Amino acid sequence: MTHRLLILATLFALACPPASAAIGSRIWATGGVSTIEGSAGGGLVPWALLGSYASDEEWGGTLALSQAETDDYSLSVTGAGVNWNNRIELTVARQTLDLDELVFSLKDGFGLEQDELNQDIIGAKVRLAGDVLYSPWGQWSAGVQYKRQRDFTVPDAIGARDDSGTDLLLSASKLIFAAVFDRNLLVNATARATKANQGGLLGFGGDRNNGYEVMAEASVGVFVNRQWLVGAEYRQKPDNLSFANEDDWWDLFVAWVPDRRLAVTAALVNLGDVATLDDQQGLYLSLQGSF
Amino acid sequence: MCHHTTPRFTGLARRVLMLLAGFALAGCQALTTAPDSETNSNTEPTLYQQLGERAGLAQIVEDLLYLIVDDERINHQFKGVNVAEFHRHLTDQLCQLSGGPCTYSGRSMRKAHADMAITETQFNALAENLILAMEQNGIGTGAQNRLLKRLIPMHPDIRNL
Repeated sequence: MTHRLLILATLFALACPPASAAIGSRIWATGGVSTIEGSAGGGLVPWALLGSYASDEEWGGTLALSQAETDDYSLSVTGAGVNWNNRIELTVARQTLDLDELVFSLKDGFGLEQDELNQDIIGAKVRLAGDVLYSPWGQWSAGVQYKRQRDFTVPDAIGARDDSGTDLLLSASKLIFAAVFDRNLLVNATARATKANQGGLLGFGGDRNNGYEVMAEASVGVFVNRQWLVGAEYRQKPDNLSFANEDDWWDLFVAWVPDRRLAVTAALVNLGDVATLDDQQGLYLSLQGSF
Repeated sequence: MCHHTTPRFTGLARRVLMLLAGFALAGCQALTTAPDSETNSNTEPTLYQQLGERAGLAQIVEDLLYLIVDDERINHQFKGVNVAEFHRHLTDQLCQLSGGPCTYSGRSMRKAHADMAITETQFNALAENLILAMEQNGIGTGAQNRLLKRLIPMHPDIRNL
């Protein structure tokens, strides 16, 4: 937990920097926020946007702390990213899933004593073409997320095949000016080839399916003004394990971007059934600092 | 207040009527969202009016110029520019673009920026300053967005893409 406190302290330092400190030139909120997998996007769905505010002659970076609390689980994510010239984004994220209620069924059903699952994610995203604001066809990016389980005992026991996996992503994002009551509308679509179970927290591949599948993910948001974005996300998921059904995810979010240095995101998330525990709904909160 | 004008309505009734008129107008706006249609009734202000007509635009452009001068990312691109002429041209251009009775008489966007090698960083900086200048002049989010929507198609000409 100490590393999370350190990052929190850094976030506060970033939020009140010396006035002269340089920060990227892209328009407010066009870096999105940090997803639970570290890549720039919303909360659950990565967008074609690259994190931070670096424009074509600039470097930028982000730090993020996120927490999701559903009925029977809590997920903590610490993430960081750098952006070179608004061309390449490199990200790292560590996820910790507290199993809470699942601890008992794991002990009774599998004789396993484990109360959390950890996963590391290294991501890279390249802006292929276009700009989310300025191009009629929007902005297009391709990305990879390499994910590695740090504790494979539980995923192994419930039928996952691998403790690591790589997601391949293709995303498009477009801001449509004055689209809804003269407000700007942000639309994002992502196709993800993946073998990950519950995003990788339950391993990769399974007894029911062990091949790559292409999943559809999308989000829409309306900028009430340049500081407030309200929207929804949907993320289709594979269903590789016969141990438990895996549902699609969705959320309703509001993001507040008071200036380029800070973004606060709150969401109502619905993760559906997760590892035999039904209908996981809850709250998501994320803090992001940019520099 | 205003006892002499419409004595038949109490203050509350007038407020309710205004609220209803507001809803009706919002409804009209929702129904007439054809992208660039400037067909408006007498009650709904045009984009040009929302921007304060030519005088309001002249003030926005003046504030924009102050922001540019202070902006290290782009002020070097404006060295040697005739400020009065630039101010007049840009005001006319925004006036014409927003549906006002002006004619932009400067060079085409592509010709004017052909030798400037404007980067995306610099384009973003100018867009940011324009938004800030509009905010300084109390221009609402909707009107800002509508003007930006009409400016964005100039991006490839200005960036020489």
